[in-house]
This record gives sequence, structure tokens and C-alpha cells, in this order.
Amino acid sequence: MSTTNPQNRAGEPADEVLLRVRDLEVEFNTSKGVATAVNGMNFEVRRGQALGILGESGSGKSVTARAIMGILDMPPAHIPRGEILLEGEDLLTITPRRHRQLVGSRVSMVFQDALTALNPVHPVGRQIGELYRVHRGYSRRDAKAAAIKMMDKVRIPAAASRVNDYPHQFSGGMRQRIVIAMALALDPVLLIADEPTTALDVTVQAQILELLKEQQEERNMGLILITHDISVVREVTDQVAVMYAGRIVEHGPTAEVLSRPGHPYSRGLAASIAGEELKGHRLPAIPGTPPDLLNLPVGCSFANRCPFGTAECLTAIPALESIDEARHSACFQTREVLAHAHA
Amino acid sequence: MLGYTIRRILQMVPVVIGATFIIYALTFLMPGDPVAALTGSRPLPESTVAQIRLAYHLDDPFLVQYGNYMLGLVQGNFGIDFFGRPVLGLILERLPVTFALAMTAWALKMVIGLAIGVYGGLRNGQAGDHFALVFTVIFLGIPGFVIALGAQTVFGVQLGWVDPAGIRAGWPLAFILPALVMAIEASAGLARLTRTSLVDVLRAEYLRTARAKGLSPRRVIWGHALRNAMIPVVTYLGLSLAGMLGGAVIIEAIFNIPGIGGLMVAAINNKEGTVVVGIATMLVLVYLLFNLFVDLLYGIIDPRVRI
Repeated sequence: MSTTNPQNRAGEPADEVLLRVRDLEVEFNTSKGVATAVNGMNFEVRRGQALGILGESGSGKSVTARAIMGILDMPPAHIPRGEILLEGEDLLTITPRRHRQLVGSRVSMVFQDALTALNPVHPVGRQIGELYRVHRGYSRRDAKAAAIKMMDKVRIPAAASRVNDYPHQFSGGMRQRIVIAMALALDPVLLIADEPTTALDVTVQAQILELLKEQQEERNMGLILITHDISVVREVTDQVAVMYAGRIVEHGPTAEVLSRPGHPYSRGLAASIAGEELKGHRLPAIPGTPPDLLNLPVGCSFANRCPFGTAECLTAIPALESIDEARHSACFQTREVLAHAHA
Repeated sequence: MLGYTIRRILQMVPVVIGATFIIYALTFLMPGDPVAALTGSRPLPESTVAQIRLAYHLDDPFLVQYGNYMLGLVQGNFGIDFFGRPVLGLILERLPVTFALAMTAWALKMVIGLAIGVYGGLRNGQAGDHFALVFTVIFLGIPGFVIALGAQTVFGVQLGWVDPAGIRAGWPLAFILPALVMAIEASAGLARLTRTSLVDVLRAEYLRTARAKGLSPRRVIWGHALRNAMIPVVTYLGLSLAGMLGGAVIIEAIFNIPGIGGLMVAAINNKEGTVVVGIATMLVLVYLLFNLFVDLLYGIIDPRVRI
């Protein structure tokens, strides 16, 4: 894999902010009350940047992605607060018509399970070609030709002869390539990949990640990679945001956050990776369970599981504060955590 | 596809044999003597009875009778009734009437059921959905003959919009009311199935994908949801088309429509085994052909089961 070239395309500054999410909150009305899935998210993605959003199930990663794409089921979900600025336009307040113009073309998404993400009764070529037909008004024939080109691009063998095949006729890895082809078809500036390799076996995972990384660099796109897999984050992303109970608890360059975590939760995650040195030992795990989203604690959500917890943690929510020029952590004890960093 | 079709047609052979055997056995076991039933209370002379019994092989053992019947059947010979008329002719004379009624009812049912079902499915949980539910529950709950007699009284007798009975007005006028009665009753189940299927599909991940592609709600529904939602519905519709033929019997009696139902009832009363079995065989064949058609259509709608 090549290193990111900050000036891939003439005239496009590498640090142009593509997406800015501000104070985003997403709540779900459930029969037991209101669950806060996303609780004040703030982050940006710049052109050519790959941001990993790391967190366990229920931390709000996918909900954030769906909120950006506008594909949350509302109700039960609703967004009481926040802004999602895509190239300056707030996706939460623009007209539905404008939203449909942007989604799928300027920002697009790769889904977790390609088998369920593809419509079983339409040939894959038609599903890719539909984007050209709807957004660019291509004829049926041109759309098909463009779909074949896109399938070639994501390295589906014999694309021209497989364009009329149905999703169930492809292997898992090939299906995910089709979903990626769909997401890249209209040359988006921002790609969101929600657990793109979770449903695949390990060898195929590596190929798909490589493809995503390669396309991101070639197109100088912004990429948001949502995953619970630390090795995936390490392999693909420059920046990482660690999520816990609907908030970003730590944010910074991937290598630094993973090697020298500043938040006790990221520290727990980083320590739980199985390595050579842990052979024969019990895998270190973070004790306890995440908080109930229906009933979030007054203080820090992680306090009940935190080895660094103090009395302050139970009464006040730590803000995401800068710990050096590139990094942020939401913990009262960040200095302490950094000092305890393992070698 | 062709090989599959041929295999399916061959599979029909044992089904036809089994079905006709059971029907033949049932008519054979029917109480009462067919020859005695011919003339009611006036007994025929001994010699005439013996002659009739001989002509119609009524004294042969059951298996021989059945064997003879099947032998004729494979040659396209459905036998003759007690008045010497060929059974096939009787059936073919009546079948188009029943067919017209059943097809009209089926088409109406499809329109009504799909419309209500799709409407309810798209308005899942809202007022429109509840209205659709109430409609279907009411019509599922009322017995068919009550609706039929009610409709006949109101529209046929009191309002006089259509003839209350008979088919003198021809298709479609004479068939609308009876077909509508059949359709309304049958559309309730179809509406429920369509609604449930659509609600399921609307939750599917691929619809999320469709929305993430920036497609309009109309395109998401018509292009991506409905065809998937129709997969179970098509099976049901196909099977119910054959069921409609059977269901027509009661409606034919109420509206005095000279279809196959009336013929069947008369034949059972007269204990005319050949006619009963002939009609039943014909219905079995039609049913099997519809089934085959549905299975082939199914493959067109759902590529995953394509052969």
C-alpha cells in the first residue's frame, strides 16, 4: 500500500473539510423509554483522510453512520440536536429532494452484510446501473456499460458476463465488491464503510480492506471506517475516534491512540488484542458491561468499569479536551492514563 | 427450465391416478343404487335394470370398473352418463361458464386484495392500516353465503342494478355481482398476506441500501419493495385460482349460474359416478396445471429459485 499523497488532484487542497458533525444526538423511542444512542458527537473528515470509528456493539457507531446517510428509521429514531455538514450543507435541514441528490453520489455507504444489502430479485448490474440512471439520467444501455466498468474497477472477474447475474450467484467477497462498486459508482467525496468486513472470512477481509484503501487513495476520498476490530482500524485509518455509550471518548492519529491511549477505555481495548506475548495467558478484558442507554449515568459512562475512576467521575461528564495538538480525550485522568502507558 | 417442466408434468401422473382413485372409490361407496335413483319411486322392470347394470359395468368388481374408466380416460374418453351423453361434452359445455365466473372473481380479488394489502403495508401502524385490518376482519368473519344472499337481495332485487340470478345478460354484466361476492370474501386473506409480506420487506436491509442510493420513495417502493413482497403473494394467488373453481359451486347455486357446480351437485344426487369422477378429474387437472404455472412464474419473480 502506498502512502497518502496529500495533493492527489490538482487544485484540491488536502485539508479541505468534507464532513463536519457537530453535537449530534440520536435518540430512539422504545417501549421502555428513550434510549440515547448518540450523545453529542463531534468530528470532522477531511479530503483524503481515513477516519476509523472504533467501538463495541451498541456504542452508536452505526447509528452515527445511518444518521449521516439519512437512513435511520424515523420513528423510532429522532435527532433532537446537531448538525451534519457535508461540504457546508447541513444534511439534517436541507430538503428531502436535495438530500437524495447528495446521498448516493457525494456521500455513499458500504454495508456490513452484502447479501442482505443487495436486492435479491435484481441483477447486480442493474443495481449498480440504477445510480447512473437516477442521478445522471443515463440510458439503460449506458448505465449497464458504466456498471460493467465499475465492476471491473473493483476487480470482479469477467464483469461483462456477470453483469446480469443475481446477488446469490456471487461469493461473499464478490458480493461485497459489488456493494463497494455501488458506493463508488458516482465518485463520492466521502465513503462510509460500516463494518465492511465483519461478515467475511479472514483472507477475504484483507482483500476487501486493501480494495477500500486503494480506492480511497486513488480517488482522494474521505473515508469513515466503522468497526469493532482494532486491527482493521490500524491497517486502514490515519485517524481514529473511539466511541463509548454514544460519545467519542478519544480521538487522534491511529498509531498514537492505539500505542499510547489517553482514555482508560481505549487503553482497555488496546490491551485486549491477542499478541504473541499473551500466549498461554488469559486475554485481558474490560470488566463489567456498557451502561444502559435508556438510563445513562449522571457522570462518566465508563466510570463503573474504569480502573482510574475517582469521585469526580461519578458526578460530572468529562468533556473531549485536547491533550496535545492532534489528540483529544474525554477523561479527568488522562495524564494519569498516559503515564501508565505500557511499553 | 424445459427439463423441469417435463419433470413436473410427469410428476402429475401419480397425483392424477391417486386423486381419481380416491374420488372413484368414494362414488362407488356412496349409499343407494344409481339405477334405482334414475326413476325415483317408480321401479324399473328387472330386465331393464339388469341391462343398464351390464351396459355400465355396474356389477364388475371395483378395481375392474376403475381400470376400465382409467383406460378410457387416457384415450380422452370420460365415459357417458345414464342418458348416453358423453361426460366430456357435458363438462365442456359448463366449464367455460364456471371458468368465466372464477377468473372474474379471481381478477377482482387480486385488485381488491392487493390494493388493500399494499395500502395497509405502506401505512403500517397508522390509521389507514387499521381501517384495512377492520375491513379484512369483517369480511373474513361473515360467511360467504350471507354476503351472497345479501348482495343478491340489495343489488339484484331492491336496487335492480343487475339481474338477481341467471346469466342472460352475458359476461361481464351477469358475472359482476357473483364474482364480486366471491372476490370480497377471498380478498381478505390476500390483503392480510400482502400487508404482512410488504411490512417484512420494508424492514429489509436492501431497502436501506436503496434509500442510501438517494432513490425517491416511489422508486424504493415500486422498484425494490413490491416485487420482493409479491413472492409469497404469487404462490397464494396461483393456488387460490384453482380454489376459486371449487368455491364457485355455492355461488353458482345461489345466483343460478349454469356452471360446473350445478352439474356436479346434480350428478351426486343421481349417483352418476362417471360424471362426478369426470368433473373431479377435470378439476384436478386444472388445479395441477395452475400449480405448475405458479411454480414456473415463481422462478421468474424470484431468481433464487430459478432452475
